[in-house]
This record gives sequence, C-alpha cells and structure tokens, in this order.
Amino acid sequence: MSAIPSMNAELEPALQLHQIQRRFNGKTVLDGISLTIPQGELFGLLGPSGSGKTTLIKLMTGIDQADGGSVRMLGEPIPQLKMLQAFGYMAQADALYNELTGKQNLAFFGALFGLKGEQLQARIQAVAALVELTDHLGKPVGAYSGGMKRRLSLAAALLHEPRLLVLDEPTVGIDPVLRRSVWAELSTLSKQGVTIIVTTHVMDEAEKCNRLGMIRDGKLIAVDTPEAIIAEAGVATIEEAFIALGQQQAVRSGTGATR
Amino acid sequence: MRIRALAIRIILQFIKDKRTLALLFLAPLLVLSLMKLVFDGQAISPDIGTVDLPEAYIGGLSNANAAIIEYDSADEAQQALRENNLDAVIQIGANGPAITLEGSDPSMNKAILLLIQNTLQAKASSIAPAVTYLHGGPDMAPFDSFGPVLIGFFSFFFVFLLAGVSFLRERTSGTLERLLASPIRRSEVVLGYLAGFGLFTLVQSMLIAWYSIHVLGMYMAGQIGYVLLINLLLSLTALTLGTLLSSFASNEFQIIQFIPIVIVPQAFFSGLFNLDAMNPWLQKISNAMPLFYGADAMQGIMIRGEGWSDFQIDVYVLIGFSLLFALLNVLALKKHRRM
Repeated sequence: MSAIPSMNAELEPALQLHQIQRRFNGKTVLDGISLTIPQGELFGLLGPSGSGKTTLIKLMTGIDQADGGSVRMLGEPIPQLKMLQAFGYMAQADALYNELTGKQNLAFFGALFGLKGEQLQARIQAVAALVELTDHLGKPVGAYSGGMKRRLSLAAALLHEPRLLVLDEPTVGIDPVLRRSVWAELSTLSKQGVTIIVTTHVMDEAEKCNRLGMIRDGKLIAVDTPEAIIAEAGVATIEEAFIALGQQQAVRSGTGATR
Repeated sequence: MRIRALAIRIILQFIKDKRTLALLFLAPLLVLSLMKLVFDGQAISPDIGTVDLPEAYIGGLSNANAAIIEYDSADEAQQALRENNLDAVIQIGANGPAITLEGSDPSMNKAILLLIQNTLQAKASSIAPAVTYLHGGPDMAPFDSFGPVLIGFFSFFFVFLLAGVSFLRERTSGTLERLLASPIRRSEVVLGYLAGFGLFTLVQSMLIAWYSIHVLGMYMAGQIGYVLLINLLLSLTALTLGTLLSSFASNEFQIIQFIPIVIVPQAFFSGLFNLDAMNPWLQKISNAMPLFYGADAMQGIMIRGEGWSDFQIDVYVLIGFSLLFALLNVLALKKHRRM
C-alpha cells in the first residue's frame, strides 16, 4: 500500500493547485488559482508587495488552508502533518535564535525534522559547507552579518534534504554579491533535481527561473517561461511585461482600471 | 524527541541570557528582602507627651516601649503635638485621662491605643486572661503572615512575564513560523515550552523558598516539600497563562499591559488583604484566580502546618488551571497553523 504512492511520487508533480480561494475577514486575497509545478523545476512567483505571494506560499506548504479548492504536494493532499517533512521552508524573516551559535541553531532545526546523532552532525557539516559557514558555526548568530544569517537560514531549510524547497523572498535586503551567491546555490540545488519555488519582486532574479507565475491582486495573470512571457506581452524585459500584463488584467476584470 | 529538542533549545537560550537569568532568580529575592525590611522592622516606639500623669503610669508606658516626654502644661504638650514632635498626648482632665492622637497614621494610632490600654489594664484589673496561640505566636510579624503569599506571587509574576515575552518573541522573530513549517505538533510546541521553562521555574521555586525560610527566617510550620510543590504548580500556571496570553499581544509592551489586568487583581484577591469585609459576591471573584489557590495553600502550609489532605483541593485546582491554559494554547496556535 505504501509502496504505490512512493513509486507514483516520482512521477507526481511537486505541487498541484486547483481553483484555490483564500479570504481573510471577508476580503478575497487569492482567487481561483490553478497551477502545476513539476518536480525539478525552479519556479518563480512574481508580484508586487501585498499581491498574495506569501499567502499562496503558505497554502502551498500546508501551513495555511485554503477556503476553496485543493492543493496536492507530491500527489498527497495537504494540509497534512507528515507532508511538512517533505519540504524545506525559508521565510522572509531570518527566523534564527540570536543567542545560540550557528551550530546550535542547525542542531535544533535538524532535530525538529527527526535528524539525530551522527546523521545530524553530518548534515550540519554538509549544509554549512554548502553556504560557506563552516568556520563560523561556533559563533553566536547575533554576531553574524546580515548575509551570514540569510545563508544560515537557507542552510537550516536544507538540513533534512527536502525534495521541495520553498523560499519566500530569499534575497530581500541583501547585497548584490550575496544575492548572486544565494542564486548560485539555488541553481546548484535545482540541477541536483530539487524542486524550488521562490517568490521575488526583483525582476532580474525572475529571469533565472525555469518558469514564472505572475500574481496580481490575488489572481495568477500569467504562467510561462520568462522568454514566452516577454514575447506574449510584446515588450523587451520582464519588468515591462509585468506592467503590461497587469494593465491588461485590470482592464479585463474591470477593476482597478484607473489605478 | 522534538519536545526534548525544544526544551534543550530554551535552556541553552536561557543560560546565554545572563540578565534574564538574574531577573528570574535574583529579582524575587531582592524584592522579598526589601519587603522583609519594610514590614518586619523594629516594634513601633511612639513618642508620647504626658501632662500631670502619675509616676506609676509613666513607668508602665516606658516599659511598654514608648518614649515619654513630660510637659508642665497641656498647651505646651498640644503645641509639640502640632509641631509633629509627638505622636500622642495623655493628660488627666476633669473626667479622667484624655488622649489626643496625632492621627495621620492609622497603624500608629492603633499601636498607641493598644499600648495605653494594656498599661491601664495592667494597673486596674487583676484577672489577666491566659493567652495561647493555636497557630503562629506572639512574635509573628506581618511579614510572616503574608510572606507565603508573596513567595507565590513573585514566582507567578516573574514566570508569567518571562514566558509571555519568550513566546511572543518566538512569534515576532519568525521562528514560530519556521517551527510550524516542520512536522512538530502544536501540542509538542506547548509541551516543549513547559519542559524547558519548567526546569528554570523548579530551580526558581527552590531558591525562593529556601531563601525566604532560611535566610529571611520566615515563619514555617509545615513541610518544605509541600511549599516547593505549590510554588512549582503556581509557576506552571503562570507559564501556561503567560504563553497563552502572549498569543493576544503583538509586542512586548502589550505583554506589560497584561500586568494590571491579570497580575495586580490577583494580588488583591490572593490573601494579602483581608477579604472578609468585602461584598460576598465580590469575594467569589477570587475563585477564578490561580494565585488565590496557591496563596491559600502556601499560607496553610507555612503558618498552620497543614498536611496534604488540607490543601489537596488547591493542588487539583492549580493543575486544572495549567491543563486548561495549555490546552487553550494548543488551540490558539491554530491561528498560525491549521493542523
């Protein structure tokens, strides 16, 4: 019984969203979103602040639950407690314990995912090496620079070797050099077959994704490769495409046309 | 496993935060010491002016720890009273002795009246009743009487504050979100917090009880094990209540706002003040306050030397409060993750 889903899980999409609705206090934040993300894809969610990106991310991971529609992760319906083991999550905030050392932070988050003993130590060393923090593991995180915290936060999300990585604005507020290094790591992981979903509102980052989903006012207004989106909008850059598609959307739905 | 990881993390964080450790362990000792100094000072020694008082009475009053200043005229004595040099004046008038009190301090008024009464009585009557104490004794100071309540109150107060702020910080720093993005159960989060904080509240309870009884010399008729048990249960109630209420605060300042609403009323109803004079239905409010049960048991054990059968109801109620708050906390976490 358990063998069949796991065999199928290889073929199942990483995420499958069907007609997602989410309301807060009577206000519709996400409206009729359907989206399929195959395994191994580097998928970017693009949209202005307040467009519903973070809400969508939380629905994709099962931290939050939709008011309507369904979400499946690797073929399993979510929210489901055991599926929280399947992905790595990095929120906008660094979400680290400043009093503790880098290693203590990683050990704690590793233990939450059931890692222990030698296996835990091996994984801590592996992820620390990946984000180049091996020499700083003994320092309290409070003494880390902003970039080091960001990298440690990413390392914590990778500890349990998730097949799906969900990152909410991983490069917000960090310098260009570090941004490049974070994206280099994401590309490496993507090539290893890890599915990555990343939100951003930095347009040049969007171009590095395999596919992009553009979200505006709670609606998914376009899903395609960056090149195809630019071509369809008949413009030169992602940024222009985003603005053009946003205006079309506003005219079509008859709302916000004057904005 | 996850509960243990969470508990260990909290303990590690605590050990690194020296200032918070000091607040938890030293602040209650400091406040208790100050309370002891304030309420357990030397016996009040009033300055009493006398006019034409017979020698026998003056001797009696001096023996009873009053400073006697004799005046030649009533006017002089009244003048000294007005200038705040005296607490009372006794003079022999046409209708027997007359006492004028300075009057602005009720406790001083009572002390003087009692003192004069005792002195006059000793002279007048030969039948002095034999006084024995069922609990306590003639040397029991006010501090001994409400000290047990204070022990409970300070454990409760500091643990409430720390637990509330820690859990809030978990939320505002985003680590709660990360915690809940792992396969940890909501109940495991609450239990982990209980375990991690529980260790420190245990140490705190032992320290406060030991210090009060052995260093401050608080009156203690019962068993110290019982005192520790009640204190620990009170701390656990504070811990679960603090973490629960932190769900309804969006920053540290809002946690502070809970103090006048949640902590101060409990202090009033916990036995620091005598509630017998209060409207009976108002007295019932105390039944909803955890500190009331803790204080009741603490006073029973420390002053009346009560045993298990006398205070077990308090124990059950405190455990009930803790369970209720912990359960509500598990539900409150639903706000952050639906499952």
